[in-house]
Amino acid sequence: MVDMTIPEEQIGIGTIEDAIGKLKQRFPADVSDDDRQGYSGVIISADKLQEAARYIKNELGFDFLSSATAVDYLGEGVHSEDHLEMVYHAYRTTGGSALVFKAQTDRSSATLPSLTPIWMGADFQEREAYDLMGIKFEGHPNLQRILLWEGFNGHPLRKDWKEAYYEEDHKPFGSRWPAGHIHRAEEKNVFGKNVSYPADVDLSRLNDISETNMYQAFGMGVDTEHVVDHNGVRTDQLIVNMGPHHPSTHGVFRMIMELDGETVTALEPVMGYLHRNHEKIGERNTFLHNIPFTDRLDYISSMGNNHGYVLAVEQLLSLGAKYTPPTYRTEVLRVLMVELTRIVNHLWGIGFWLNDLGAFFTPVLYFIQERERILDFFEAVAGSRMMCNYMRFGGVFADLPERLHSVSNLMNDRVRDTNTMKFLTEMINERIPRSIDEVDEYLTQNEIIQARAKGVGYISREDAINYSAAGPVLRGSGVAYDIRKSDPYSIYPELDFDVAVQDEGDMYARYKVRLQEMRESVRILKQLLPRLEYTQGEPVNENNAAYSSKVPIGEAYGRVENGKGELGYYVVSAGDKRAAANPWRYHVRAPSFINLTPLGLMSTGAKVADVVAILGSIDIVLGETDR
Amino acid sequence: MELNLQELNKTEYPIPVELQNNIAITSLTSVYNWGRRNSMWPMLFGLACCAIEMIATASSRFDFSRFGMEVMRATPRQSDLMIVSGTVTKKMIVPIVRLYNQMPEPKYVLAMGACASGGGPFKEGYNVVSGIDKYLPVDVYVPGCPPTPQALMYGLIALQKKIDGQSLQVADDVPWYGVGPSEPTPVPILGPDIIDPRQMDMIRRQAEAAARAQTEEPVYQLNAARDLPAFGAEQAAAVATKPKAAAAIDESVEIKSFSQVGMSADAIEALRVKRRENAIQRKAARKAKEG
Repeated sequence: MVDMTIPEEQIGIGTIEDAIGKLKQRFPADVSDDDRQGYSGVIISADKLQEAARYIKNELGFDFLSSATAVDYLGEGVHSEDHLEMVYHAYRTTGGSALVFKAQTDRSSATLPSLTPIWMGADFQEREAYDLMGIKFEGHPNLQRILLWEGFNGHPLRKDWKEAYYEEDHKPFGSRWPAGHIHRAEEKNVFGKNVSYPADVDLSRLNDISETNMYQAFGMGVDTEHVVDHNGVRTDQLIVNMGPHHPSTHGVFRMIMELDGETVTALEPVMGYLHRNHEKIGERNTFLHNIPFTDRLDYISSMGNNHGYVLAVEQLLSLGAKYTPPTYRTEVLRVLMVELTRIVNHLWGIGFWLNDLGAFFTPVLYFIQERERILDFFEAVAGSRMMCNYMRFGGVFADLPERLHSVSNLMNDRVRDTNTMKFLTEMINERIPRSIDEVDEYLTQNEIIQARAKGVGYISREDAINYSAAGPVLRGSGVAYDIRKSDPYSIYPELDFDVAVQDEGDMYARYKVRLQEMRESVRILKQLLPRLEYTQGEPVNENNAAYSSKVPIGEAYGRVENGKGELGYYVVSAGDKRAAANPWRYHVRAPSFINLTPLGLMSTGAKVADVVAILGSIDIVLGETDR
Repeated sequence: MELNLQELNKTEYPIPVELQNNIAITSLTSVYNWGRRNSMWPMLFGLACCAIEMIATASSRFDFSRFGMEVMRATPRQSDLMIVSGTVTKKMIVPIVRLYNQMPEPKYVLAMGACASGGGPFKEGYNVVSGIDKYLPVDVYVPGCPPTPQALMYGLIALQKKIDGQSLQVADDVPWYGVGPSEPTPVPILGPDIIDPRQMDMIRRQAEAAARAQTEEPVYQLNAARDLPAFGAEQAAAVATKPKAAAAIDESVEIKSFSQVGMSADAIEALRVKRRENAIQRKAARKAKEG
C-alpha cells in the first residue's frame, strides 16, 4: 500500500503555485491569473489551450483530468462578463490539489479546441458541454448530443434558455411565497404538458431519430458486407442494441454494439434516458434546496452525495465573515454515515455484478438483507431509508437518537427499540464483518467467477488515468488514488486505513478492490465508535451556516471519494442581491458518467455475454450518469 | 396463495359442512379474477430511484411473491403489470409507450412515486414528463419519494382489489374479453420537443397562430429552432397530407381540454372554485346514497 500523504514538495514536482508559475513562464502572453473575486486558477487563451494542456499534463505532471464543465456568464449581476467559459480541474495521481484552468469563448460563435487528444476523459464531458451549453469543440472525434436527442430545440443550460414550465429565474417563486397561490403548471401550458415548441415548428420536417442515423453517426453499420474472420469463415457483422429497457443495464442505459460473430468490435453507450435536469433545476433552487436533490443523484449512496455538496458550499461559505466550521462530532457523524454508505454501495454493486455474471438474484438477496440493516439505521437517524437528506452546511440534520425506535417500519422486527450505540457496535463489530467474510468465502475463490472475471474487461493503468476513470475502476488498474488519502478532507487524515489497490485491471481486480474497501470501511468505522462516545453532547446542528441564505461570491469545487469514484461538485455563487441564495452554476462531476468513457475500450474484443458484466463491474447508477 | 373455498363460495345453496373445504359454488368472474389477481406478473423494468425500492420489495425482507408477484418478466409480452418506478423523461417515454403497447391485455399500470405520478421534484425539468398519466392510463398511484416497500405493497393490494371489482359481464371492465384488444397508444415523437401525435393538430394551430402573430393563444417565446435533418420522404408525405384534412375539420372545434387558455386569472379561479364545488356536491350525493 502506498502512503499517499507525502507532501508535494518531497515528490519534487512542486506546489500548485510553482506549477502556475512555470505555466505562465512558458506561455507569458496566453496565460493569466483568474483574479475575479473568489476565483482561483488561470485563464488560458483559446488558441493556446491545447498546447498549454499538453504542457500541463506532460511537463507539470497533472495527468488526471477530473472535471471539465462549462459556465454561462450572461453579463448580468456581479459578473458583467458575457461569455461561455470551460473550467477544467486537473490533478496529479500522486496526490495534491487541483490545477484549475479555464478557457473563454463568446456566446454567439462558441468554439473551443477539444482536449480529447490530450485526455480522453474529456470526451463525454465535452459532448455534455456541447449538448447543454452549445460549445463546439474542434477536433472532437464524435461531437454529438449525449444527454438529449439530436434535434432538440436549443441548449438548455444557457442562462437565457427557458423551459416549458418556466416561472421565474430563482426560487422561492413569487407565486408560492409569500403570496402562497398554488397552481398546477399544466394549467398554464397550452398543451397541458411539459412541452413548448418553437413558433416555426415544421411538422413535416420532424427529426428523423431513426436508428440508422444514430448508428451511422457512431460510424457503425456503414459497411454491412460479409466479413471473413481469421479462420476464413464468413461471418455477419451485426448491430445489436441493448437497452434502454434491458434487465442488465442497471436502469435505463443503452448500448449499441457492433458484433463480428459473438465478439464485440465496437460499442457506443447511449444515455440520457434518465436525464432529469439536475443542473438546470439546481440553478433555480437555493443552495439549501439542492441537498435533497443530491440524494437522488446516486440513489444507492445518498449520504455520500450530500457530503460532497456540503463540502463544496462550505468552501464558499468559509470566505464569508460569520462562518464557523463544523464541530468535531459533526465530522465524525458524517464519516460514519459515508462509510456505511460505501459498504451499502459495494454490497449492491457486487451483488448486481454477480447478477450480470449469471448468479441471478441469489447472492444479491443476502446482500440486500445486510443493506436493509444499515437502512434501518439511516431511517431512524435521518428519517428516510434511501433519500436521507442528512447533511447541512456546517452541520448535520440531527444527532444520533439515544434509542432507535422504528415507528414507520412495522415489519421491522429487531430494531423496534434498541440503544443506538449498542446497535451500531454490534453492526460494525459483528454483522458487517461477518457478511463481508461470507461474500469473500463463497465468491472470491469461486471457479466460475474466476473463469468469467479474470482477464476480462481489461483497462491498463495508463488508459485508466487517461480516460479519467475513478474509484474502483482506477484502483483496480493499479493506481493508488483515493481522494480520502490523496487530497484529504474531513477527519480522514487522522484515521488509519489503507487504499485498496489491485494491479490486474480486469473485472476480478475491481471486485477485489470493492471487497477490500469494505473491509477498510469497517476499519474506519471501528475507529469512529470511541470518537462517537467521547464527543457525545457536542452540538451538530446549531451552526449559523446550516440554513444560511447568503453565500459569498466565488467558485468552489468540492469532491469526495464516493463508492463509485470521485464525486465532485462545481458551484459558482454570483452573490448579487437578486440571487445571493441561488447558485449561478451547479455542476456535478459524476463518477458513473465519466467511468463510462472507457466502456467501449474495455468491451472491444469481449464476448456479448461479458459486456453486461463489464458494465456491472464499472458499477453505474443512472441517476448520476444522466443527472 | 391458498385457495380458500369458503371465501370463494358465492351461493345460497347449502353445502354440507364436511364438504365445505372441497366444494364451492361460485361465479366464473370470481374464479377468473382470483386467478388473475394472484398471478400478477410485473415487468422487470426500473427507471430511477424507485426501482431500488421495488427491488427491495421483491427481496426477502418484504417479498411480494407472497402475493403471487415474484415472476418479474423482462419482456413486456409476458407481463401483466407495468410498475413505472421513477422519473419518466421525454427521451424515455418513447420506449415506455412502445413497451406498453407490447403488453398483452389485460394490462395494468402502477405509477410508483412522485415522479411517475406527477413529475415530482423534477417536474419543472425540460426533459421530464410530468406524470406517466399524460400518456398512459394509470390504475394505481403510489405516493412517496421513493415510496417505502410497504407503500408499494399497499398499492399492489389496491390493484388486486381493483381486479376483484371487475366483472366479466361488464364490457367496459374487460374489453379484451369481449370486444377485443384496445387501440395501441400512439408513440410520441422526438422533435424539437416531445410530440404527442394526439396533439399534432393543436401544435400545428399554435404554430399557425404564431406565424400570423396572433397571440390569443399564448405561445412561449422560444429560442430559434435548430436546423433539423429532413424526414424520410414517406413520412413527410404522410404528415403533409393528413394534417390538411384534419385542419379543415378542426377550425370549428374549440380546444376543450385546456379551455382556460386566454381567460383572465379571475375567470380561471372562478372555474376552479366551481369545479371544486361540483366535486363536493357529487361526493355528498354519493355518501347520502351509500347511506
